[in-house]
Amino acid sequence: MSYFDWFREDRLPTIYCAGCGNGTVINCTLSAIDEVGWKREETVFVSGIGCSSRASGYIAADSLHTTHGRALAFATGVKLANPDLNIVVFTGDGDLAAIGGNHFIHACRRNIDLTVVCMNNQIYGMTGGQGSPTTPRGALSTTTPYGAAEQPFDLAELAIAAGANYVSRWTSYHVKELTKSVRAGLETPGFSMIEVMTQCPTNYGRRNKFKQVADQIEYMKTHAMLRKKYDTLLEKGEPIPEGAIVIGEFARRSRPAMGVRRAA
Amino acid sequence: MTRTEFWQGNIACAEGALAAGCTFFGGYPITPSTEVAEHMAAKLPKRGGTFVQMEDEIGSIAAVIGASWTGARAMTSTSGPGFSLMMENIGFAAMTETPCVIVNIQRGGPSTGQPTMAAAGDMMQCRFGSHGDYSVIALCPASVQEMYELTVKAFNLSERFRVPVFLMADEIVGHMRERIDVPDSVERVDRVPLEKGTLPFSAGKTGVPGFPAFGKGYGVHVTGLTHDERGYPCATSPKLHEELVLRLVRKVEDARHEIADYEIVNPDAEQVFISYGAPARSVGQVLHDLGNENVGHLRLKTVWPFPEGILRKFPDAKEFLVPELNLGQIAREIERYVDQPVKQLPKLGGDLHTPAELKAALGGLK
Repeated sequence: MSYFDWFREDRLPTIYCAGCGNGTVINCTLSAIDEVGWKREETVFVSGIGCSSRASGYIAADSLHTTHGRALAFATGVKLANPDLNIVVFTGDGDLAAIGGNHFIHACRRNIDLTVVCMNNQIYGMTGGQGSPTTPRGALSTTTPYGAAEQPFDLAELAIAAGANYVSRWTSYHVKELTKSVRAGLETPGFSMIEVMTQCPTNYGRRNKFKQVADQIEYMKTHAMLRKKYDTLLEKGEPIPEGAIVIGEFARRSRPAMGVRRAA
Repeated sequence: MTRTEFWQGNIACAEGALAAGCTFFGGYPITPSTEVAEHMAAKLPKRGGTFVQMEDEIGSIAAVIGASWTGARAMTSTSGPGFSLMMENIGFAAMTETPCVIVNIQRGGPSTGQPTMAAAGDMMQCRFGSHGDYSVIALCPASVQEMYELTVKAFNLSERFRVPVFLMADEIVGHMRERIDVPDSVERVDRVPLEKGTLPFSAGKTGVPGFPAFGKGYGVHVTGLTHDERGYPCATSPKLHEELVLRLVRKVEDARHEIADYEIVNPDAEQVFISYGAPARSVGQVLHDLGNENVGHLRLKTVWPFPEGILRKFPDAKEFLVPELNLGQIAREIERYVDQPVKQLPKLGGDLHTPAELKAALGGLK
């Protein structure tokens, strides 16, 4: 099999805009699932509402496309009722961190055995480009026409503090690292959160000085900084470059988890 | 065979759920329903089931729906404020045709209202509370015995019609303790599995599609978006949307007389009380006291879909009297179907109607 065998071909093409990063993230996720050898009939994809959450509908497996923000609560029910199922949750920054923030921290706290792939494009793409809880300060959106005034969430730090066993952050530029990281998440018992910074050319890029899709990918490439380097700079008291996107594996631990597959 | 117990209504509800084969409970503490959750927390794990206390009622009903898609018979219980929080996902359950049981031990509202007092103010909310058009089933117990029996029935109806089914009890029935005959076993209706090769949301004559449980190789896509028979989103076709919503409504409404559950006393009476839930007990006392056949009683155990055909079972009725623990929510529904005058007897605050109040309402005709 290859990742392509997981697609529900009769639903293609996707609704995604030209240049959207979500397709890359879905490919990386399916590649990782294919690598670990999960069976389609034992795997369930759960998602909420938003561009990212449409991903579940393009995959040829059981999938539950739920209400806004609630994917993790639905997924908790699926997993606890049948721990033999493998669960992947597709979500975005608005779905996971705004309307679904409470379910997010409690799913981390329960350390329920599933893998979240959060496509963080820092904007509400589907509804036309409103500010989200991860929109950077100063960024333009249709609801922050004078620049976002609020401090954004750090989703990875939030997941670590709330108790998740595996937490990483990559970007849609880092295809190989991302695939490897999703695989590590799938293989770690307990709650895994892979945050992926992705470009939304239609509703974020064009309002924020990324004239071409490639400009934002280039930005992610040049501003990405491995956690190790970031920590070293902090230790030495050296300045962190403006706009740095800290990437890498932030947590891999073995706290007690819920809903772990029963031993065969 | 049966055995006799002395139980609280909420415990009888939980025991009914267990007898009906409930294997998943997701809930959140709220007065006056909490005993249901506590009892399930104690009993379910020992039977190989799952109890989870979620972070709120939105999460509770979400987890219940998720569990149901693995094939589990799943339920939650709550009261007013928690019930309000569940509304969006109840619409999701209706749209995705997910079997689930929602117990509402009603208390005084609006808002936080009267946490420890009885009411029936959510009767319209359970029918119409989520956005859009849909249909549901709601049962109203009037005794501890019925807390048990109607919970069993709620599961069976939910499995058969693939709809959310509400047990709309109230604080009085939930917290009262009385004698109950507990059967050794109960009737059990299971959802019909989807036949392989059939489209997952193709309903056939019954209007109820076969169920493609997760983990069985169906590869089904379940979405709250308007969807075609494949389950695929198709949210811009007026025709498809209309057909889907009409099917969701008709599969319940067309079966309303089959679903109807009620009790009739003195069908030839000229004055007829129509009641559901705790006020039925006051009416029972009035009929007992009067001891004549000129006052009748229609006690509804099914309120939704509203079984309007039963109203014709009182051919001599000159007046219907409707005591309710709200401002006339079901009386107005009755008015839609009968030519006779309907006397609303609303009561708020948590106390039951006294037999004296009901006798006074009968007035000169008595």
